[in-house]
Amino acid sequence: MIDRLDQIFVLLKHWLVGYLPGEWQAAAGVVVSVVVIIGLYPALFALTTVLERKGVGRIQNRLGPNRVGPYGILQPMADGIKSLTKEDIVPRSADAVVHFLAPIVLVVTVFMGFAVLPMGRNMVLVDMDAGLLFYFAMGASTELSVFMAGWSSRNKYSLLGAMRAVAQMISYEVALLLSSVVVVMATGSLSLVKIVEAQNHYTWGLPHWYIFTPWGLAGFLMYAIAATAETNRSPFDLPEGESELVAGYHTEYSGFKFALFFLGEYVAMFSISGLGSTLFLGGWSAPLAFLTWVPSWIWFFGKLLVSMCVFIWLRGTLPRLRQDQLMNFAWKFVLPMCLLNLFVVALWRFIGDGWLRWLVCSAILVLAYVGIGWEGMSRKRLGARSYRYAD
Amino acid sequence: MNSLDVKTERVEGWNRPPVIETDGEGELLEVAMGPHHPSTHGVFRMDLALDGERVVRLKPVFGYLHRNHEQIAETVSYLAMMPYTDRLDYICSLTNNWAYALAVEKLVGQEVPERAEYLRVILAELTRAQNHASTIGFLLQEMGASGTPLMYAFREREKILDLFESLTGSRMMCNYMRFGGCRVDASPAWLDAARKVVAALPAFVDEFERFLSGNEIVMARCQGVGILRPDLAVNAGVTGPMLRASGVNYDIRKVDHYGIYDRFRFRVPLGDHGDIYDRYMVRVLEIRESIGILEQALKDIPNGPVMDPKAKIRGFRPKPGEAYGRIEAPKGELGFYLISDGTPNPYRYRVRPPSLINLTVLEDMCLGSNVADVVLIFGSVDIVLGEVDR
Amino acid sequence: MLGEGILKGLAETAKNFAGSFVSKERMTTVEYPEERLPLPEASRNFPFLVYDGSDWQAGLRCVACQICEKECPPKCIYIEKSKDKKPDYVGKLQIYPTKFDIDISVCMSCQICVEVCPFEAIKMNNEFELATDNRFGGLLLDRKELAKSNEYYHQIHPTEAAEVDARLAAEKAKAEAKAKAAADAAAAKAAGAPAPATPTRVAKPSEGERKS
Repeated sequence: MIDRLDQIFVLLKHWLVGYLPGEWQAAAGVVVSVVVIIGLYPALFALTTVLERKGVGRIQNRLGPNRVGPYGILQPMADGIKSLTKEDIVPRSADAVVHFLAPIVLVVTVFMGFAVLPMGRNMVLVDMDAGLLFYFAMGASTELSVFMAGWSSRNKYSLLGAMRAVAQMISYEVALLLSSVVVVMATGSLSLVKIVEAQNHYTWGLPHWYIFTPWGLAGFLMYAIAATAETNRSPFDLPEGESELVAGYHTEYSGFKFALFFLGEYVAMFSISGLGSTLFLGGWSAPLAFLTWVPSWIWFFGKLLVSMCVFIWLRGTLPRLRQDQLMNFAWKFVLPMCLLNLFVVALWRFIGDGWLRWLVCSAILVLAYVGIGWEGMSRKRLGARSYRYAD
Repeated sequence: MNSLDVKTERVEGWNRPPVIETDGEGELLEVAMGPHHPSTHGVFRMDLALDGERVVRLKPVFGYLHRNHEQIAETVSYLAMMPYTDRLDYICSLTNNWAYALAVEKLVGQEVPERAEYLRVILAELTRAQNHASTIGFLLQEMGASGTPLMYAFREREKILDLFESLTGSRMMCNYMRFGGCRVDASPAWLDAARKVVAALPAFVDEFERFLSGNEIVMARCQGVGILRPDLAVNAGVTGPMLRASGVNYDIRKVDHYGIYDRFRFRVPLGDHGDIYDRYMVRVLEIRESIGILEQALKDIPNGPVMDPKAKIRGFRPKPGEAYGRIEAPKGELGFYLISDGTPNPYRYRVRPPSLINLTVLEDMCLGSNVADVVLIFGSVDIVLGEVDR
Repeated sequence: MLGEGILKGLAETAKNFAGSFVSKERMTTVEYPEERLPLPEASRNFPFLVYDGSDWQAGLRCVACQICEKECPPKCIYIEKSKDKKPDYVGKLQIYPTKFDIDISVCMSCQICVEVCPFEAIKMNNEFELATDNRFGGLLLDRKELAKSNEYYHQIHPTEAAEVDARLAAEKAKAEAKAKAAADAAAAKAAGAPAPATPTRVAKPSEGERKS
């Protein structure tokens, strides 16, 4: 019974596809899954926009939108109707084909990443052996669409904004990859399904999630920072910052194309959080051994929701970093930590089981963090200050 | 010591704007920021010349909010100018009122009763607290903190504005001071409400500081940015928290001893580096000092009249003469210079706006910084366009 | 230094988020127009003319002295005097305004007109929902729209209205006492010597007190 609840979507798919003749069933199965993904994630996007506005509102001691529908739930419908009915302005000197293609490329590549994410037990669209590699290949293509948007607008400021955004995304892509490589080294496989299954064991009721290891925690933190920067979220949202001179790569877009950029950003957030929870938080596995009766897809989407809440929390709290500080941070802090992490995970496997490896690895990582952090802050003479008074 | 203990030697060629060397490749990107820009403090334009990301030249252009304030003064009576002064620095209307009332009282030699002096101090310090809170909130908003510190600052400001409304009748355009005292008396109920608000303020300042002062991102963006040298500040006539953040000890409350500030114990916070972070912290510390003054004033306020019974409201005709009255407004030294020729209207009425004088050093502070920093430096000067343009 | 400032900031925000569900201090939104905050008594918006009694024309206190018109800073009051007179609250004949317009798109709400009026005739209203879609004159309030009764004044500014009423009653009593004394003196004189009595000048009650 519990097993059936866990596999309910798989069973539904088999039932639906069973109506077709045998040789079409595989293809039809894929089509059904694709349709479900394309329908589900935009719905989640709509929910997340309301959640974000109400969440940030409550952080700021105010209500978010609450006029459209109960508790403002139907606000995304109002926003969608608004963006559909706005005039679609394409600048005369803009490259029309590229201008049209840029949001489409973004949306397509972002959705492709979901093909390899295991959203529950046996619920992965394509079980590739090199799933992680495929995911990163798709993720890097999103940067192409950002540049296409900036280039085609033939606007000096959009181009500058696009170049900054691309520079930021490329730097943090390196960090993202390196922080995922530690997981591959620990598991021995690039397949996301195998990574989740490697974490699905329990010792004394606690799971073997990679985040509960020193190198996993460091990797997760670096991954989280890189993920926030990849999706241009606060505190790394200078490319789309409102109070800056350069208005960003999507200045010349209006109406539904702008909404597509927005959709692309949020779905990228889902996708990257999904990957993060797969790699470090155990994907669809339950946090405690006695909770395995809860269906696996509930755990996956729960972790996704928690990641969204953390993104929203960060957005409501932190001011944004300047472009050069952002790049400095990527290359001088995140990248060295990731490289050190590779060394640490090798050490972890080399030392073998026991308390020694915990001690050594944690010590190395903590010392490195403190050292790099202090050195970075003190070189620029940043720090808390005291003030004198005159009477 | 209240004197300007800064060596002001003549710096060779300081009055020519310094030139930043460009590498000669490519042309300068000339951009106009404003008059509508998202990090707006009003309608203000800055003509920037950029070399890549660095600012090579900056020319401020203002006057978009000029409303002929000084010309209007020559056509209406002295009393009628009081509501117009509310609208100069529209966030701090009570300190504007006080400066003008001080100037006119100097012109005619008018005495002010004691209770009125205490009320003036209380309202001025409340104004200072809410102005600094909203300035810091706006600065952090421009840094991109998506409005959260701004909302917290405005939550406290609302309490103070409610106090103003129940005493003077209006939240922002208070029109409360008169030549010879204050317009209406404050009831004991109002004083109790004021005490409650003041008692809640330290917790808010603590929350604000905890939220942002140790924050590494704020430190990285504000420390070492927009440095103003103390000798340049003194030579350019900069006053207020901007001057004190550069380390110069000059607070008009201590220098002029106007009002009854001598009776209160308070200190003047000074910064050492003159960057944005120091200006921000000096304002936070000044809020704390204002809380101290408020507590003392609310405890000691005596009973009595709030208006000198011999003061005239209608038919106010001062003898010919001139006077300059100035106070430590939250933004700097706000001064009113009046020339009277014996008629009911002033002959010449001149406002010394602190925001305008502080803006003259904007270019020097911004040269060599990034565009993103220009926005922050501009926010840390703390201007209000109503005062700059009058 | 190493990220704890950021963590402290995050903790602060979380506290505010949680607090917004439980405490009024952390959720200060008032959902206008379903909920409204009560205005404090002293709040002022635009002026109105006070009338005693129930007939606004007969009881209007304004005597068209035009002091408020002269003192108004943006000069938004337009007054025209009448040719005839009507009795005021003590029975003395006064002129009245045939036209009293205030352009509230110009009015600064500075309250100077209230301060200088010697007859307690113009006071500050606190109504602010005055938006209109009549572009050409919707915001030019005339005499009829400006006149509101003394009961309304008591409703919006009770303490102030009570003081004004007490002052006016005191003046009225003083004027009546003076009139009575003068009448008694005249009667005594008439009884004593039947001389053509020059009517004793009845003191104008409004002249006695000047507001400071």
